[in-house]
Amino acid sequence: MSGPPLAAAEVAASGGEERVAVASQLQLTWWRFKKHRVALASGIVVIFFYLVAILADFLAVTDPHATDARRSYVPPQAIHWFDEDGSFRPHVYALKGKRDPRTFRLAYAPDPSEKRYLVLFARGYSYSFLGLFGTDRHLLGVHDGRPEESLFLLGTDQLGRDVWSRLMWGTRTSLFIGLVGVGLSLFLGVLLGGLSGLYGGVVDTLIQRLIEILRSVPTIPLWMGLAAALPASWSVTRVYFAITVIISLIGWTELARVVRGRFLSLREEDFVIAAELAGASRMRIIFRHMVPSFLSHIIAAISLALPAMIISETTLSFLGLGLRPPAISWGVLLQDAQNIQSLGIAPWLLLPAIPVIGVILAFNFLGDGLRDAADPYG
Amino acid sequence: MAAYLARRLLLALVTIWAISVVTFVIIQLPPGDFVDAYIANLSASGSMVSAQEAEALRVLYGLDQPIWVQYLKWAARVVRGDFGMSMEWGRPVTEVLGDRLWLTVLVSLLAILVTWGLALPIGIYSAVRQYSLADYVFTFVGFVGIAVPSFLVALVVMYFGFTLFGANIGGLFSKEFELAPWSWAKVRDLLGHLPIPVLILALAGTAQLIRVMRANLLDELGKPYVVTARARGLPEHRVILKYPVRAALNPFASTIGYLFPFVVSGSIVISLVMSLPTVGPLLLRALVAQDMFLAGTIILLLGVLTVLGTLISDLVLMWIDPRVRAGIQG
Repeated sequence: MSGPPLAAAEVAASGGEERVAVASQLQLTWWRFKKHRVALASGIVVIFFYLVAILADFLAVTDPHATDARRSYVPPQAIHWFDEDGSFRPHVYALKGKRDPRTFRLAYAPDPSEKRYLVLFARGYSYSFLGLFGTDRHLLGVHDGRPEESLFLLGTDQLGRDVWSRLMWGTRTSLFIGLVGVGLSLFLGVLLGGLSGLYGGVVDTLIQRLIEILRSVPTIPLWMGLAAALPASWSVTRVYFAITVIISLIGWTELARVVRGRFLSLREEDFVIAAELAGASRMRIIFRHMVPSFLSHIIAAISLALPAMIISETTLSFLGLGLRPPAISWGVLLQDAQNIQSLGIAPWLLLPAIPVIGVILAFNFLGDGLRDAADPYG
Repeated sequence: MAAYLARRLLLALVTIWAISVVTFVIIQLPPGDFVDAYIANLSASGSMVSAQEAEALRVLYGLDQPIWVQYLKWAARVVRGDFGMSMEWGRPVTEVLGDRLWLTVLVSLLAILVTWGLALPIGIYSAVRQYSLADYVFTFVGFVGIAVPSFLVALVVMYFGFTLFGANIGGLFSKEFELAPWSWAKVRDLLGHLPIPVLILALAGTAQLIRVMRANLLDELGKPYVVTARARGLPEHRVILKYPVRAALNPFASTIGYLFPFVVSGSIVISLVMSLPTVGPLLLRALVAQDMFLAGTIILLLGVLTVLGTLISDLVLMWIDPRVRAGIQG
């Protein structure tokens, strides 16, 4: 579709022919990518999500593991931005619990007579900021009062844990499990795809058949089998690691396909043959000449593989076969929303679905834009 | 053509063998065997099992032999159609599975038919009317279909069914038919319950196929032969349907091979959320209880059915694509 005319337009747009002539593949990709508005916006959304993941402790208002049986299923609070006199003083109403005389369920209602003013950089529970230094500052807190008792931005779950704070932590887990998983898939994909494309022949046939076999097996039952095989006695970290490995064991095939295709088409290129004739070693040809020219393709493939990883983790954890409590991930959070009865009582438990959908959409748009941009010459 | 067929058949056989080995290994992975789980179960309820009894149980189930002997014994019986006993249920696996396997197949096949039925016309429309309002709407719906995990769609639909209509829309049968023998009334009841899970299951695949079909057709529409056909005065629907659509169908058909495993995987998850009486919930339970013959059989049968589905889609591809028929590798 985007043939030579577009590439020529590219030349004109990015300022001077000389610049294009000496630009690296990554630079060309970036110039073209910048024009894709939706993809660019999605890239910013993705960066925003990863910032949330890094700053999860700071953004959380209470300890996400702290339970409080008296405050189970507190509905999300509304933030009131202005005081009665019209001055800008964000506050929430204190919650008063009242027992329903018929059902004996504790119902919470805001009490307008008692206001809790919100403050920035408030003191809360202590944590270690990025593992560098200990602090107890959080983005949001309440003036004279403990956030545990008065601030429920997204309500609480059955055990009285703050859904907002848990969501921040879940974002961290789910996004980083995706990154680690993609890292592993990338390693397998580049290694096997590279071998396949580079050597051809029997190696290629074997690896291609392996990929075909892996892709023709329904993955969920397989994952379930592997995940169920993890001993219940394993620590949270070990389970986390094992789940990542399981997810990437099947996720590498698409990356391998991309890498192999690139290797096959580049092998015949003039500059590769020229390098060969000039006596460059095989390693030098691969890493100095071939890899830079398909790096942008790999980046595009990665940004399309990440959302798949995140969906996998979320689905497995949702089924109860992935990460297990006390680990917090999006899937673990959504597991609370699994049965319709608890959803009927506390529909806000479904809120973690929104960031899941948001980040996957953003990654898809970003990946699409990158894939288009990865071919600056059409 | 014969060579192509032979190659496909051989690959299918190798895949089935690989699935059988992998599933068997998976079942063997957890520490401890069924007898350990069984004993733990019994002692939880207060009764004790002596070491001799445990040993006798192991011999009875062949658990005392090396693992490859266990595999070969199992494989030999499977080939004869004997899938062994479900140790947890104390009944033959085939009996425990009952209608569940066929309901899984039914739901998955219907979902694939719906996927095709929706993706084909929508894809063509989106390509022919590129950048129209409907194209944008379908593209957006397509992205949502890809981005939202199927279990979330199922959850949200269940939630709204519950809050808006006060109805539990899970399951495939009404209460009175759940255990009833098959009858016309039961079939009618099943048909009434099928559309929602099938549509949810078809959503993600449809979204992907629409994009594939649209992109393929857009590539074809710009080609000179389309201009020629139009110049010679063919009616527009013939111009589009007769040549470019047919050419665009090739990559479309080859992705069906990946649609099968995708849909079967999805059906497991959706079944768990919507409590459909398919093999999904049974598999989860069997895995947790380490009921190895039952879990193994389910994973194996799902894998085999998927491979068969893929094989059939390859045959369809051969039927559509003259190049494959002529034995030319495209």
